Amino acid sequence: MSEQVESLIRKDYAAGFHSAIESDTLPPGLNEDVIRHISAQKEEPQWMLDWRLKAFEAWKQMVEPTWAHVHYPKIDFQSISYYSSPKSMKNRPKSLDEVDPELLETYKKLGIPLHEQEALAGVAVDAVFDSVSVVTTFREKLKDAGVIFCPISEAIREYPELVQKYLGSVVPQKDNFYAALNSAVFSDGSFVYIPKGVRCPMELSTYFRINELNTGQFERTLIVADEGSYVSYLEGCTAPMRDENQLHAAVVELVALDDARIKYSTVQNWYPGDKDGKGGIYNFVTKRGIAHTNARISWTQVETGSAVTWKYPSCILKGDNSVGEFYSVALTNNFQQADTGTKMIHLGKNTSSTIIAKGISAGRSNSSYRGLVRINPGAEGARNFTQCDSLLIGDRCGAHTFPYIENRNSSAVIEHEATTSKVSDDQMFLCQQRGLDAEKAVSMIVNGFCREVFKELPMEFAVEAGKLLEVSLEGSVG
Amino acid sequence: MLQIKELVAEIDGKQILNGLNLTIGDGEVHAIMGPNGAGKSTLGNVLTGRDGYEVKSGEVLFNGKNLFDLEIEERAREGMFLAFQYPVEIPGVSNMEFLKASLDARRKHQGLEELSSFDFMKLARETSAKVSLDAAFLKRGVNEGFSGGEKKRNEILQMMLLEPQLCILDETDSGLDIDALQVVANGVNAMRDGKRSFIVVTHYQRLLDYIVPDHVHVLAGGKIVKSGDKELAKELEAKGYGWLEGEVA
Repeated sequence: MSEQVESLIRKDYAAGFHSAIESDTLPPGLNEDVIRHISAQKEEPQWMLDWRLKAFEAWKQMVEPTWAHVHYPKIDFQSISYYSSPKSMKNRPKSLDEVDPELLETYKKLGIPLHEQEALAGVAVDAVFDSVSVVTTFREKLKDAGVIFCPISEAIREYPELVQKYLGSVVPQKDNFYAALNSAVFSDGSFVYIPKGVRCPMELSTYFRINELNTGQFERTLIVADEGSYVSYLEGCTAPMRDENQLHAAVVELVALDDARIKYSTVQNWYPGDKDGKGGIYNFVTKRGIAHTNARISWTQVETGSAVTWKYPSCILKGDNSVGEFYSVALTNNFQQADTGTKMIHLGKNTSSTIIAKGISAGRSNSSYRGLVRINPGAEGARNFTQCDSLLIGDRCGAHTFPYIENRNSSAVIEHEATTSKVSDDQMFLCQQRGLDAEKAVSMIVNGFCREVFKELPMEFAVEAGKLLEVSLEGSVG
Repeated sequence: MLQIKELVAEIDGKQILNGLNLTIGDGEVHAIMGPNGAGKSTLGNVLTGRDGYEVKSGEVLFNGKNLFDLEIEERAREGMFLAFQYPVEIPGVSNMEFLKASLDARRKHQGLEELSSFDFMKLARETSAKVSLDAAFLKRGVNEGFSGGEKKRNEILQMMLLEPQLCILDETDSGLDIDALQVVANGVNAMRDGKRSFIVVTHYQRLLDYIVPDHVHVLAGGKIVKSGDKELAKELEAKGYGWLEGEVA
């Protein structure tokens, strides 16, 4: 069987098309002028430019992290273009009718119709194309509930006091190499504010698309859930198939004030490179949330794309009784590499965290779980439960687990469970003996393995995630 | 239904079947008995195409088709069913989903429409009641945390749903208490319709009190060494296999 499953490793990447859209793209290179240019394009106030420049100064002093279990050629940061915008977006369209039909067509092809009447009922979408937000749907309806959901570039202009208060409050400019880079050059992303006591009436989602060649995408997302509010947010991402690697370095900050709840889901399907490991996105992302008293932050991620993933959505459990959750499925195939996991930092009393991480490796890929559970001295009664399971398909892939536990409070209860298994010959035979072909069998077994995570996804996307997994495994059985 | 001619098969270079001949007509129930290591389970595995079993020579026709031209799943869709001796667990995959996918595959092959979810649920519930398996088991992972008896009942549930033409029961009676044994036997008997055939592999005559075979064969040394009717099973129960030693070439 192993040979059979191994050859199931061809992958058809449905989102791999390039849209012929004229764009204004900055020449490659990074210096202060580039940052000034981006800031000017976005018509930013002075404080924002200063903030960026400060980040850039810091970044210049920093070195790329090398501790992750991933290998790739050194990135030349001067060969990347840091800003690209569709020409038609020069004057941001007032309504959907003014948006370049080619852009709308692109999203339609990706299964994200932007016309509200066609859109998934109950899901508002912010569509980010290269460096700019194209359109944000259902804004009026959300406004009625007091919810702000708009491109972050717009929020900087329209809601400066909110942005200034929270931007960088969870992931400071100097946090790490990629966060500093992002802070200097971030182009667009989403901003969400849920007022006190409001339950956001719909799912919010941002769909990121890289289209232009040799550009990096540096989006920045900031979600603030005021006291007692609730929001569920989902991001999706795709890119064309190209032989060159492209960089995606995003920062996401979540602020859950007292009694608030934020549910953040990701379906990451950046182009993973071809079957020989050529091309694909470098996905170097910093995601972190801070949970105040009784607040709760849940990260759910399904990571199937990207050539290299470096990503640790984390929770700072600052307030007493706050809860952090991390549910992850990371699937790597062919030559993909993923080093992903979470950090749960327990500061408040009776804080609790749950980590369920499922790694699936096929082909010659490597998937690593890296997690930190830290209980600070003041975190009386903290508890954590961690479960990481790895599933291997074939015998040329790798699964690795790097769990770190730092406990400084003797009242803490920390549990860690880990398993490694293979798709067994017996399971395959049972499925095939019941009439299922090998591919269906593998996808069914893998989906079963991921079930605990999929059930955390918003309903509409759980089905999508299952399908995505199926596509990603295409060709991993012969 | 099935003609096995001079079948020679090996596993890991070790020859297990040594020129086995067996013909199974429509609607017949054949019991295969024999000492440990005789190749009883190998027969079922070779027929269904399990990996690791290599056919060296011989021919098997299943409804006139050369069996070895068919993939594992094609044999299944053509109506060959193996009830496992040790059913494996598939965590997280609900029994219901698994059964529906299996039945859909079989029906598609037969040129039939897939059952609607509603009709399928109804059928699955009715069938699970027939094998005394609570409908709650349909929602659980395939065999996940099932007891030995529950796993075997689940096998019979699958068999009843898929309505195969040829059912191979590989020591389905092993490890079963008398109640579960009866459930299995009732399931088989309910499915005997004069057309569907059965190969019942067993160590013990006990099962054959419930599933009365048309033919009984003794498999030893990779061959059928003796065939008879149900009386042969009783004789074996009384005398063991020793007296047949001489017949093993």
